[in-house]
Amino acid sequence: MRFLRQSLAVAAKDLRSELRSKEALNASLAFALVILLLFSFAFDPTAETTREISGGLLWLVFAFAGTLMLNRSFARELPNDCLDALVASPVPASALFLGKALANLVLLLAVELVSLPVFGVFYNVRWLPHLLPLLGVLVLATWGLAVIGTMFSALTVNLRLRELMLPVLVYPMIIPALMAAMQLTTVLLAGEPVTGDNWLWVRLLVAFDLIFTALALALVETVLLG
Amino acid sequence: MRRTILYALAALGALWLVRNLYVILLALPDEVAQGAIYRIFFFHLPAWFTCFAAFFAAGVASIFYLVRKSPAYDAFAVAAVEVGVAFTAIGLVTGMVWARIIWGIWWTWDPRLTWAFITLLVYLGYLMLRHAIDEAAERAKNSAVLCIFAFASVVITYKAIDWWRTQHPGAVLSFRTGGGTIDPAMESMIFQNWFALLLVALALVLIRMRQERLERELDALRRRAHAL
Repeated sequence: MRFLRQSLAVAAKDLRSELRSKEALNASLAFALVILLLFSFAFDPTAETTREISGGLLWLVFAFAGTLMLNRSFARELPNDCLDALVASPVPASALFLGKALANLVLLLAVELVSLPVFGVFYNVRWLPHLLPLLGVLVLATWGLAVIGTMFSALTVNLRLRELMLPVLVYPMIIPALMAAMQLTTVLLAGEPVTGDNWLWVRLLVAFDLIFTALALALVETVLLG
Repeated sequence: MRRTILYALAALGALWLVRNLYVILLALPDEVAQGAIYRIFFFHLPAWFTCFAAFFAAGVASIFYLVRKSPAYDAFAVAAVEVGVAFTAIGLVTGMVWARIIWGIWWTWDPRLTWAFITLLVYLGYLMLRHAIDEAAERAKNSAVLCIFAFASVVITYKAIDWWRTQHPGAVLSFRTGGGTIDPAMESMIFQNWFALLLVALALVLIRMRQERLERELDALRRRAHAL
């Protein structure tokens, strides 16, 4: 209980500071829109084939825009030695990590929920009727992205090249979650129900989230404290 | 003494490889369906097993590093990963040569091939992270954590051959299929070649560990010189 309260306090702190400065949020959102625009040049956005790859496109946008957000997660604490203060506070490192991951989840979901209607309009994809299952996929896959991203953000926070290192480390690691999310999103956007074989992807997402959340919670203490 | 053991290991591995090459190229007959090109398999599969073993050893060494904080474990982890990456590249290239002959293409986005490629990228990321951190203890700690995460991709690559039944041939060795899929003479040759490659890999890991140790000593001397 105490652990959860501490995590929520860290999450609230992160969200508050992000909502006041909006530095990562604005950059991430603008970037998502720019990529959506760029994709329209890469192939014919009106073609029927676009619908078949819509899930993949959407998640590429989310993954690209997501790393911008995740980069800031721990880097935000560097000025004024805030990270040292956080580590020295009576909050365990795992609660600190969980709070930051939760804040990242909320921020990433915000970017995703804004880009989704824009994507629907630009690429003529009807997403509203499938909103509920789609939200489930969004939350599950984004949690995977947030956990891996927050963990690696902590790993790279002291690097000069952290903005360059994070995507190189994060993208290969989140491929299982991304793969499942792309598959499920494509199925949902095509108006098909999630049945049979596709449940395998849901199970993969849940397993990915559980395994990496446990691993990150167990290891984050050594990363932050040494 | 350590040097002698090292050279003995390397020489034994090299001699065994030469003897294996003789058997593979001259003693064993062509395969019925594929002809001569199947011989690349004697290096393809052992190379993958060697890289899996190296990455597994690196993961275990990383856990030991986090528990004991001894730089020797870190040196072993980085040595094993570097050798593992080399063998991953061998596995990919031999597979591609085989695919060019049998399938007519160098590469296909088959899940098994894709996962092998992902593993390579994950461990290249590990090596890049090491280069990016200057402070030795910080580098060892952070790369150890990454190494534990990275091992997930090795598990998936190893199991990919069962999970996705696609273009890449399925498992052939009897401990995974229950037997009857491969000629015993050929199977024994695969294992023999694997052990030869393991010996070579072990020698490489030991050489690389020695380099790490010397580098640490050099660093300490340099720091002492600066202090003066």
